Amino acid sequence: MKTAYHDVVIVGAGPAGLAAAAELARRGVSDVLIVEREKEAGGILRQCIHDGFGVDRYGESLCGPEYAQRLIDEAAQHAQILTDTTVLSMTAERELTLVSREGLKKVRAGAVILTMGCRERTRGALAIPGERPAGVFTAGVAQAYMNLYGRMIGRRAVILGSGDIGMIMARRLTLSGAQVEGVYEIRPIPSGLPRNVAQCLDDYGIPLHLSHTITEIHGSARVTGVTVSAVDAKGAPIPGTQRHIPCDTVILSIGLIPENELSLGAGIALDPVTRGARVDEHLQTSCPGVFAAGNALHVHDLADEASLEAEQAARSAAAYLAGPLEACRIPVRAGAGVGYALPAYVSGAADASISLRVRDKLAPCSIVLRQGGREIARRRLLAAIPAQMIRVALPKGAACGEAEIVVSAE
Amino acid sequence: MRQFDVIIIGGGVVGSAIARELTRYRLSIAVMEKNPDVVCETSGRNSGVVHGGFAYDEGTLKARLCVEGNRGMDALARELGFRFIRCGKVLVGKSQEDYASLQRTMAQGARNGATGLSLIDKDELARVCPAAVGEFAMLSETSGVLDPFGYTIAIAENAAQNGARYFLEHTVTGLSREGGHWQVRTDRGDFAARWVVNAAGLGCGEISDMLGLTGYRVIGSKGDYIILDKHTGELLPMPIYPVPSNTYMGIHVTNTTDGNVIVGPNAEWIDDHAQFAYYGVPQENIDYLAESASDIWPHIHKKDYIRNYSGILPKWVDENGKIQDFKIEMRPEIAPNAVNLVGIESPGLTAAVPIGRYVAQMMREAEPFEANPAFDPVRRPIARFADMDDAARGEAIAHDPDYGEIICRCEQVTRAEILRAIHNPLGVRTVTGVKLRTRAMMGRCQGGYCQMRIAQMIGEELGVPAREMTYGRAGSWLFSGEMGESGVDA
Repeated sequence: MKTAYHDVVIVGAGPAGLAAAAELARRGVSDVLIVEREKEAGGILRQCIHDGFGVDRYGESLCGPEYAQRLIDEAAQHAQILTDTTVLSMTAERELTLVSREGLKKVRAGAVILTMGCRERTRGALAIPGERPAGVFTAGVAQAYMNLYGRMIGRRAVILGSGDIGMIMARRLTLSGAQVEGVYEIRPIPSGLPRNVAQCLDDYGIPLHLSHTITEIHGSARVTGVTVSAVDAKGAPIPGTQRHIPCDTVILSIGLIPENELSLGAGIALDPVTRGARVDEHLQTSCPGVFAAGNALHVHDLADEASLEAEQAARSAAAYLAGPLEACRIPVRAGAGVGYALPAYVSGAADASISLRVRDKLAPCSIVLRQGGREIARRRLLAAIPAQMIRVALPKGAACGEAEIVVSAE
Repeated sequence: MRQFDVIIIGGGVVGSAIARELTRYRLSIAVMEKNPDVVCETSGRNSGVVHGGFAYDEGTLKARLCVEGNRGMDALARELGFRFIRCGKVLVGKSQEDYASLQRTMAQGARNGATGLSLIDKDELARVCPAAVGEFAMLSETSGVLDPFGYTIAIAENAAQNGARYFLEHTVTGLSREGGHWQVRTDRGDFAARWVVNAAGLGCGEISDMLGLTGYRVIGSKGDYIILDKHTGELLPMPIYPVPSNTYMGIHVTNTTDGNVIVGPNAEWIDDHAQFAYYGVPQENIDYLAESASDIWPHIHKKDYIRNYSGILPKWVDENGKIQDFKIEMRPEIAPNAVNLVGIESPGLTAAVPIGRYVAQMMREAEPFEANPAFDPVRRPIARFADMDDAARGEAIAHDPDYGEIICRCEQVTRAEILRAIHNPLGVRTVTGVKLRTRAMMGRCQGGYCQMRIAQMIGEELGVPAREMTYGRAGSWLFSGEMGESGVDA
């Protein structure tokens, strides 16, 4: 088998991968191959027929396919997009094995950008008691069935989890003639964005039940109902609060997990919290020359942000091809009140941006970066919620040496 | 009316093994299966253990047919292309009573003809099965594990390839003798046959009554299981059982052919036959299984739980509730040309093919059958892309480009494999049917990427309209219709 070479190989032609390709072209890197397993580029945007995309990037509100088309038009001018092709494996030396109807192919890359996106958490991760009837769908699968395949998935639905796709599907089901009984969220706050609570639930009179969960799914062939219960502060069901709700459909919107089977195969270190790669300020993984961005790195609130992050990875990949990148020896760690902070390492020698999520809803607060107890950056916020990613600028020179930076919310 | 020489009621592993055995003769054979596939009940809902034959009373059919099934399993696995690992198993004990009990079990096994049995001390146990907890153990070298889905499907498909006709989603509602034939009534029309065989598993009592062979008390023994993540498989080279009691084998941990570990089962007796199709797993049973099995294997952690399932064994019991042997009988004075199987529970999976031979032999003693020269015992399984090396993959794609199109990313299942599963010899047309034949949808994303592609392919290939698409069991509809049908769709 012959091995082809490309300066950069991008895995996945979604909002991150396409934006990375366009940015590489702007940086003068022209030998770029994007590998996409689907028949068409665009990734998950293809099934997102709602609007709200591109507000940051293009200053207008587009639907998913429109936003994807703009990115495709930009990327395709310079990069080769190889669709219907799956990356089977990748080595730490950046050799990828591709498969398509034409056969197997080996490709060696000067740099790799991993933009595979994410997958949904499934019912198995929750172990909800009951039989395993048909009619339990993750929100993204439900969205694909309805928007890409033209299939109506039920008549009466209960939604577990208040993730963004779940709320968007609550609206979609309602508009399509189904009865949505309610959204049940185990935490005391919604896990999706406030704008989706307003536009997808409130506007349609769909109740959001916080601190509630499904404790049993009924039905043997098809779902016939669920039992819901209120939960205590620890998330444990409170006896005596059970209520039976007849329904034929359960939609799960209980979290997204970065897709990293390829990364694991290459021996790339993953972060146990984000479940994406551990990266430095260049978004470079533990494998030199392999970069990660978008939802494959950590789950973003908005596609625009995934695209922006991928552009940063593209700039790093272009710089990597030209010469060595600045070494990043200062570890960054999530401290009090912070779920995770990314990147895991910075250099101190360039402007950097720290992305993070708080653990709980906070009133006016500050995100503070400290190195060896010394405050080196601070961002004041009127409020912070876990559903909204927060970025804090870390100016060049603020951090020095090799002592750990701790990011906390206070 | 459709006429056959033989109608077998029940297409599970036993019914299918009987069907396959009978296709060695020039007979027209039909299999009536009430479910949409052959692995929906007991045949697909068990531990997947190939038993050694030591646990049954001397002289019983259970002992004899189990030992025979165990001996033939390697050859059968090669012939039919299913996964079987002869990994051995241990029964671990701690007390003096345990030791005495294991000695009795060993002696019984020897009388039954089971081989490869030995009592081993703690050091030897640590060598053969390092994670097992016990002071000593009985090792059964010939025990093993198989993939119960692949095994049952392989037997059924080979029967079908040799001419047996499967009628899925056909529930037998009545049997009567008319003009020297059996009239077999189903919810989808009537059939006639010279012979009928009751291999109805959990329905064996009802079918036996229809044959006029009344008086069997059949109870269900429901067992729940927890499936653990694949990485736990490295810690379990063979199944670990506790010392058996008189009534059941005890909660054990079992390695699977896929590298997972399963924990269970408990045993709840069910008298109400209406509950024979209820497979829910209560939370308290999950907790109990984990606690109980942790005594013999200390690696059960909640974070590794993938999912639960349960299965029900049909047990024939006497008036005192004592579990009886397999009943395989012909009573022509009451029911001519009928073979009646009652209480085919564990070790039915191990013993299925010998049961098939036993039944065929009984029938041939009553009526000579002419050999079928076209019978082919070999079934070629669907070649798995995931199991191939690069050279084999290249060759497979060159030969059939569908092998180059990955549909299930997690398990690397290609379009070619999905198509072969959709066009399976039994005519199964459910989403689960494809899953069990290819492993698609069994990976980490649980079908998040491929389920809709597979549903779409089933629709296109078999012409199944959206409204008729089913997930697994009868009535498990997937779609209420097409978008826009119900009026208000934007």
